Amino acid sequence: MTTLSIQPDLTPVTSRSAVAPPSPVLRWTLIIVAVGFLGITLILPLAIVFVSALEQGWHTALAALTHADARAAMRLTALIVVIAVPINVVFGVAAAWAIAKFEFRGKSVLVTLIDLPFSVSPVIAGMVFVLLFGARGAFGPWLGAHGIRIIFAWPGIALATMFVTLPFVARELIPLMQAQGHEDEEAAVSLGASGWQTFVRVTLPNIKWGLAYGTILCTARALGEFGAVSVVSGHIRGETNTLPLHVEILYNEYQFAAAFSVAGLLVGIALLTIIAKAAVQWRLQVNARASASLIEGEMTERVEWASK
Amino acid sequence: MAGSKTRHSVLPGFRPTMAFTLMYLGLVVLIPLAMLALHAVRMSWTEFAQTFTAPRTLAAYRLTLGGALIASCVNAVFGLLIAWVLVRYRFPGRRLLDTLVDLPFALPTAVAGIALTAIYAPTGLIGGWLARLGIQAAYSPLGIVIAMAFVSLPFVIRTTQPVLEDIDREVEEAAATLGASRFRTFTRVIFPAILPAVLAGFAMAFARAVGEYGSVVFISGNMPGRTEIVPLLIMTRLEEYDETGATAVALVLLVLSFAMLFIINLLQLWARRSTAA
Repeated sequence: MTTLSIQPDLTPVTSRSAVAPPSPVLRWTLIIVAVGFLGITLILPLAIVFVSALEQGWHTALAALTHADARAAMRLTALIVVIAVPINVVFGVAAAWAIAKFEFRGKSVLVTLIDLPFSVSPVIAGMVFVLLFGARGAFGPWLGAHGIRIIFAWPGIALATMFVTLPFVARELIPLMQAQGHEDEEAAVSLGASGWQTFVRVTLPNIKWGLAYGTILCTARALGEFGAVSVVSGHIRGETNTLPLHVEILYNEYQFAAAFSVAGLLVGIALLTIIAKAAVQWRLQVNARASASLIEGEMTERVEWASK
Repeated sequence: MAGSKTRHSVLPGFRPTMAFTLMYLGLVVLIPLAMLALHAVRMSWTEFAQTFTAPRTLAAYRLTLGGALIASCVNAVFGLLIAWVLVRYRFPGRRLLDTLVDLPFALPTAVAGIALTAIYAPTGLIGGWLARLGIQAAYSPLGIVIAMAFVSLPFVIRTTQPVLEDIDREVEEAAATLGASRFRTFTRVIFPAILPAVLAGFAMAFARAVGEYGSVVFISGNMPGRTEIVPLLIMTRLEEYDETGATAVALVLLVLSFAMLFIINLLQLWARRSTAA
């Protein structure tokens, strides 16, 4: 090992100097193990989906995607996303406002309860709605007498999806809004802004990237939820099948190329999701760094930052 | 005004936002979950005990908890290694890999299920190779562990990464200056600092793996008593219109979820305290 005292001179500007010269053998072994592990666990499944989808040619893949049942599944999935995501965005913003801007008793209990759907099995998330609205459930007879179907129909699928996606937006916004405090909003209100104006003009610009981040995650889960939806759907073709359920049906009927073609569509959406997520995360980091360098700039009296 | 009960806040909107939060959370999550508890209360103790101690139920619980434990241990080891490599080393494709780590969260579980089955089935790429060694991956408990490990892979990586980034290099440098070897610096300085985050990620991965359904049902083969996981058993009971049986099995899983949520909260609190210190 070389002496350590030389080390800082090699990288004088950044304090991120290596403690000791890392052994290249160890370094590359660790990199190869990590890359190999991620390659087998993440990239191989992606590749398999596309290879299997195209096994019988483009025509089969395209036919699977344009089949009437597939199109019905796409429409239902879109409907579920349009119902579940906006209401969970409103919930996330409302919950974060109440939790981050005010003090009240039982706050930590409320935050924990919002997290609850993350640790409940999706099958239980679907099951509770069967116990409530199923034919033999608590409200089953009443619903039956009035001709309202919730279980084995789209309202049940929407409810189960709302359950599993409930925490996504709130989880992103609560810590973000707590970190930002409430001085800005208080200033706006004392200058005569209404509550709504304060939210739109002051709060929203501060949280927009966090909001986008939570919404992306919420949408991805709403599109892809399987377990909870599977319990309440009843698997009626062309009627109560979402895209993931359609994949399951095709797969169980040994229509592998068709199943993987629809799966390929979902993989494409998942890839777009993580790219959008990475982009938004990058924006969040840039914002954080900008405000950090703002503080640093003020401390060293750098006028161009301080005047901002 | 509306916010008079809250401490000196001049901001409006506490009552409507709080009312909506409680109402929506109550209607969508709390009341439905309370229904499960209500169903359970109506059941007699012997009914519950009979369902729960049935060999099929016990086998499902052993398989699910054991599989989840192995999967989260694998993820703790590889997650820590991957987080380390992504934070400390610079190599081509690092950002791409970092982005891809989130894939199991974004990918619908059914898609993960059929893709993993295609790979690990005896006719598959890795499955065929394992079959020649006499190891059956898909349609066996090993396949269940593989699916559970896949869906819970990002947790340990994502909880450990920020802590590794924040570790003060000066502390490491001090340890090295005092003559500690790299291994000793890791075990004595770095490891204690990241341990709470690794454990929090481990607990999250375990909770997710225990409840997982979509990816596992394709690869497991679903043989009662051998490769049947708890969520599938609940599903089967519901399809048989045996709500009581389903409730008995689900109740224990739900209590376990509550316990995991509590443990995860404690671990996160510990993680936050140890990074603040």
